[in-house]
Amino acid sequence: MKLTLKIWRQKNHDAKGELKTYPIDGIEGDMSFLEMLDVLNEGLINNGEEPVVFDHDCREGICGSCSLQINGEPHGPDRLITTCQLHMRSFKDGDTIVIEPFRANAFPVIKDLVVDRSAFDRIQQAGGYVSVNTSGNTVDANSIPVNKHDADESFNAATCIGCGACVAACKNASAMLFTSAKISQFALLPQGKIEATERALNMVKQMDEEGFGNCSNTGACEIECPKGITLVNIARMNREYVSASLEAPLSNAWSIDDESSLFD
Amino acid sequence: MAILTSSIARKVAMALSGLFLVLFLAQHFTINITSVIDPETFNSLSHFMGHNFVVQFIAQPILIFGVVFHFIMGLILEIRNRGARSIKYQSFKGNNNSTWASRNMLISGAVILAFLGLHFYDFWFPEIVHKYVESNPMDPTRYYPDLVQKFESPVRTGLYCLAFVLLALHLWHGFASSFQSMGWNNKYSKGLRGFTKFYAIFIPLGFIFIAIYLHLNQ
Ligand code: SF4
Ligand code: FES
Repeated sequence: MKLTLKIWRQKNHDAKGELKTYPIDGIEGDMSFLEMLDVLNEGLINNGEEPVVFDHDCREGICGSCSLQINGEPHGPDRLITTCQLHMRSFKDGDTIVIEPFRANAFPVIKDLVVDRSAFDRIQQAGGYVSVNTSGNTVDANSIPVNKHDADESFNAATCIGCGACVAACKNASAMLFTSAKISQFALLPQGKIEATERALNMVKQMDEEGFGNCSNTGACEIECPKGITLVNIARMNREYVSASLEAPLSNAWSIDDESSLFD
Repeated sequence: MAILTSSIARKVAMALSGLFLVLFLAQHFTINITSVIDPETFNSLSHFMGHNFVVQFIAQPILIFGVVFHFIMGLILEIRNRGARSIKYQSFKGNNNSTWASRNMLISGAVILAFLGLHFYDFWFPEIVHKYVESNPMDPTRYYPDLVQKFESPVRTGLYCLAFVLLALHLWHGFASSFQSMGWNNKYSKGLRGFTKFYAIFIPLGFIFIAIYLHLNQ
């Protein structure tokens, strides 16, 4: 199959980038999208040109590092897959494919198609964890009863791979689907209840500080999410946040130690 | 506390003010539809609304505040949202994953706001001048003839109808969306969404019907 690729090339974060056109031939339908880019890069290297830089690691849809806005949609036209799971049979001979990096100010371009998604790490660090006693009397997780529905929902939320497609698809570059998945996976479990208030407040605060836009419920994120994370999680996060905002001043008023960090 | 600076607090505020305006629309529509059914009833309801202390000096300021708040908050959010992606995509296929109405609440909202300007010019300002500036004596029969006369112009009738179409688009996304923003997304949401979509079509269509009916029955 013969294709015309229009790829965003940008030397570094500060350089001005542009779309460059690359004709490519001999692409098989069975190749993955990243393999197609490998073929392109081999050609470029053989010609002494600089290869196109793109992110990837597992190439089986579990690490979330492959990104790419393909023909105006994150991870291309197919649903519930990442770019590494996208196959060239989804395209036709003679197609033009526009490949851009995920766009958001909170995801600055490092080079070509690679963006820095460490904003997600910082949101996660702000509260995406549970504290577990490991001093020798650790309670076995299985001894805490969890109802099946909550366990399933929590597990579904936990399948978020932090790829950033939700941000890339959103017209507002909002990170609420990601953040809500990370909040939900704990909010649904008894182990997560203890830090629920701080988690909701701190993760949302971090999300806002990173400069992501605000969710306006267009639903583009849940359509583009490779893991099928739904808006139900965002609704849950909204509830968690509202109840945390109501609870925090109360618990703060009653507690002896200084919890003012919540309100900074 | 971050009452109205956090993204979620703003979202909830947007939802609450929006829902309040949705309720107001139902009330406004109920009164207006009487103009088609029975002008007498329309006159007496309008007279009541125009002279009741609670309506005039408590409900009305709250309503105006609601509109202004919804607009300003919407604008603040839109500015922040646009600022979150300064380098735009060369190719962006929004229609593949979301509706036009959901992505363009600013456009439908701005048209509704412009319409409100016209609507105030048509009805609200003359009413205020009539009652509080000129201090005319009460006349409980003046409302229906005034209303009919306003819809004589085909241009005005057309502008009203156009605004109602945009109102339908705004409600189509906004009404259901407000429940999601308030964290209400569960097994009943599907039914509720059905109702909000019905409402989004029914109310604006009803207003269009009234405008055209009055225009044709001069
Ligand atoms: S919610 Fe979905 S789209 Fe967003 S980061 Fe997680 S897996 Fe990716
Ligand atoms: S490379 Fe790991 S998900 Fe695509």
